[in-house]
Amino acid sequence: MGRYVIRRLLQMIPVFIGATLLIFLMVNVMGDPVAGLCGDRKCDPATALRLKKEFGLDKPVWQQYLTYMGNVFTGDFGTAFNGQKVTELMSAAFPVTIRLTLVAIVFEIVIGISLGVLTGLRRGRPIDTAVLLLTLVVISVPTFVTGLVLQLLLGVQWGVIKPSVSSEAPYDELLVPGLVLASVSLAYVTRLTRTSIAENRRADYVRTAIAKGLPRRRVITRHLLRNSLIPVVTFIGTDVGALMGGAIVTERIFNIHGVGFQLYQGILRQSTQTVVGFVTVLVLVFLVANLIVDLLYAVLDPRIRYA
Amino acid sequence: MGGATHARWAACAVTVALAATACGGGGSGGGAGSGIVSSSWGDPQNPLEPANTNEVQGGKILDMIFRGLKRYDPRTGKAEDMVAESIETEDARNFTVTIKDGWTFSNGEKITAKSFVDAWNYGAHLDNNQKNAYFFGYIEGYDKVHPEKGEPSAETLSGLKVVDDRTFTVRLSQKFSTWPDTLGYPAFAPLPKAFYDDREAWLSKPVGNGPYTVDSYTKGSQMSLRKWEEYPGDDKAQNGGVDMRVYTDNNTAYTDLMAGNLDLVDDVPAAQLKNAKRDLGDRYINTPAGIIQTLAFPFYDSEWTKPGREKVRRGISMAINREQITETIFQKTRTPASDWTSPVLGADGGFQKGLCGKACEYDAAEARKLVEEGGGIPGGRLKVTYNADTGSHKEWVDALCNSVNKALGKDKACIGDPVGTFADFRGKASKQQLDGAWRAGWQMDYPLIQNFLEPNYFTDAPSNDGKYSDEEFDRLVNEANGETDTAKAVGTFQDAEKILAEDMPAIPLWYQNGSAGYSERVSDVSLNQFSVPVYDQIKVE
Repeated sequence: MGRYVIRRLLQMIPVFIGATLLIFLMVNVMGDPVAGLCGDRKCDPATALRLKKEFGLDKPVWQQYLTYMGNVFTGDFGTAFNGQKVTELMSAAFPVTIRLTLVAIVFEIVIGISLGVLTGLRRGRPIDTAVLLLTLVVISVPTFVTGLVLQLLLGVQWGVIKPSVSSEAPYDELLVPGLVLASVSLAYVTRLTRTSIAENRRADYVRTAIAKGLPRRRVITRHLLRNSLIPVVTFIGTDVGALMGGAIVTERIFNIHGVGFQLYQGILRQSTQTVVGFVTVLVLVFLVANLIVDLLYAVLDPRIRYA
Repeated sequence: MGGATHARWAACAVTVALAATACGGGGSGGGAGSGIVSSSWGDPQNPLEPANTNEVQGGKILDMIFRGLKRYDPRTGKAEDMVAESIETEDARNFTVTIKDGWTFSNGEKITAKSFVDAWNYGAHLDNNQKNAYFFGYIEGYDKVHPEKGEPSAETLSGLKVVDDRTFTVRLSQKFSTWPDTLGYPAFAPLPKAFYDDREAWLSKPVGNGPYTVDSYTKGSQMSLRKWEEYPGDDKAQNGGVDMRVYTDNNTAYTDLMAGNLDLVDDVPAAQLKNAKRDLGDRYINTPAGIIQTLAFPFYDSEWTKPGREKVRRGISMAINREQITETIFQKTRTPASDWTSPVLGADGGFQKGLCGKACEYDAAEARKLVEEGGGIPGGRLKVTYNADTGSHKEWVDALCNSVNKALGKDKACIGDPVGTFADFRGKASKQQLDGAWRAGWQMDYPLIQNFLEPNYFTDAPSNDGKYSDEEFDRLVNEANGETDTAKAVGTFQDAEKILAEDMPAIPLWYQNGSAGYSERVSDVSLNQFSVPVYDQIKVE
């Protein structure tokens, strides 16, 4: 197990370097970031030169990348164009997005798995058909539509929630945005669980468990569900990263000042430091989430062993 | 495993409980205590210091926490003395500035001549990387503290001299009669000692001398400003304070306004303009601002400078149906332009409706004739470059091209050419890398005709991206700047503008309005000429 974890951690290094290099190059291809700082006029050449020097933009790209990576390993993610440290932006943005992701994941687990078990056990019944249809609708409607409609109905028409999230972004204000963010994944989790449960219901070990005379509840939670959750856990694990990075749309609609907001602004202002910094952290989150998923397999399925 | 699921269930139960209380208390709206206005805001692009703020979001804050020597009357746009008691000159080059007694910063520090001189020296010096440094470019000695190449050879501007606590003198490097009227721009604000002692700390909670003080500032998210009770000026705040909230998307701000969660939205999204009148009634305001949009041409490309090409440019101008575009796409938040300035200047200030003449009126037949006479569009096709990330530029560029194509009777005479980001677009334009026409916008820094003409069309001026150059135009601008009689100066500027009407270096498209919507809680909301809400006048019911 320990050796397996170390091997996986070592594999992360090339992935990490490759991903950051790609992002670095992509942001650089977008052109001269200093030009956008002076509005509809040209920055005076002397100041522009100074600014470029300050942000290290006067050096060749490979040198910029090396300096940047060197700084990152000492915990210095550079400074954004508005004079704020990128680490400062991160410490403001990540807690918010983590809370939002947490709310979304809880929705996925609680609603998604419950509905999946329910429909998996009652395959072909009206409730199964109804939930399947519902998930189909949710999957086919884009997030921004769900978000805007819910915001308009709950926020403006019925006045149940505030249409936007305040700058502190406490959990209660994140419930609706979290649901919107989770909606599509939630539908997938439902479908995945349903199929998996339906398949395993006929498995030998389930029949054995029933034949042993175990109570139905125990058969379902201990034997059936535990074995059926493997694909679902994989999905949710990779979804953590996707939710954190992909919250741009939801964060914009509900005015949440999280990672998506910072990334969006960073891209518009071509702030290499902001974009690369945030994406680097997101890449790390992806890698770690995947590792945890792989380790969870062993917990869920005794047949899987990591030497 | 079991433990983990239990914890999650518990977390969910807690969040549901929290949600229930939130639902109960949701009706109170945005007001935290009486008399506080909540307003939409955007994250300022640069550190919030006077000589470094060149866009409207940061400008809003500076306008609340600073008062300079002059201030533009929010209604008339005239530069009125604020901290200045008098600014006198005899030769339009040497000025004596006397400041009023009794002004202090909100931390109690007295405002003296030195507060201004030090701040201006700071703003001008190359080492401080201030983006508005060029505003001090008229003061003698600027080329020493801010050389175009190499290191600065002086620490302070030689043209600035402190005489006593309340007096200082300014010597300009050339005659510029209306120079005092530029002093309402925030870059010329005074700075307290605290700024130089600890700039980082000052930036996280700026201290100024305006009617508001910064109560708390969460960068990128919210700033709370409160009324400064001891403010010495006449324009004391009429409300208890303003909470500025950052919105990523102005559509969300508008939705918040509709839900009663926000008091003021000062940038109604284009998509909502149609509904705004119906939704808000007379709580929707749409007033002229000092912004003009034009279509600029590349004079660095010899194809566009050939004799006769001015006919092509005039022809293209006549092929644009400004009325229709401003009505259907902008819902009348733009007005068709017929000169190169802005209506906010007023007739006395140099605005002259129809100065452009027939060339700015739609006439398809004449347009086709002129383009043919001029030898046709260079390369057979007009490319109009714009940035696709902000504003609704795509919509109007497509409409403009459509109008040109229809008038000229060719399907592909004009095409839009989007560039991904504003920064990239500006980078290409300022480096003369665009090979067709492009959208050019100008938001005035101060309400003077000089500010509309000189930076944009004077030879090698900072915003003259198209590299237009005309000797006669330059001569007239210099003459107008040296003229001590304001009315005469304006007349000479207009003579220079007539050269633009002949040459058409940029096609005037439309004047932009500022738009805003507000809630029933507040009244006396208006926008100034810079399309910034006049916060200190807002009353809360």
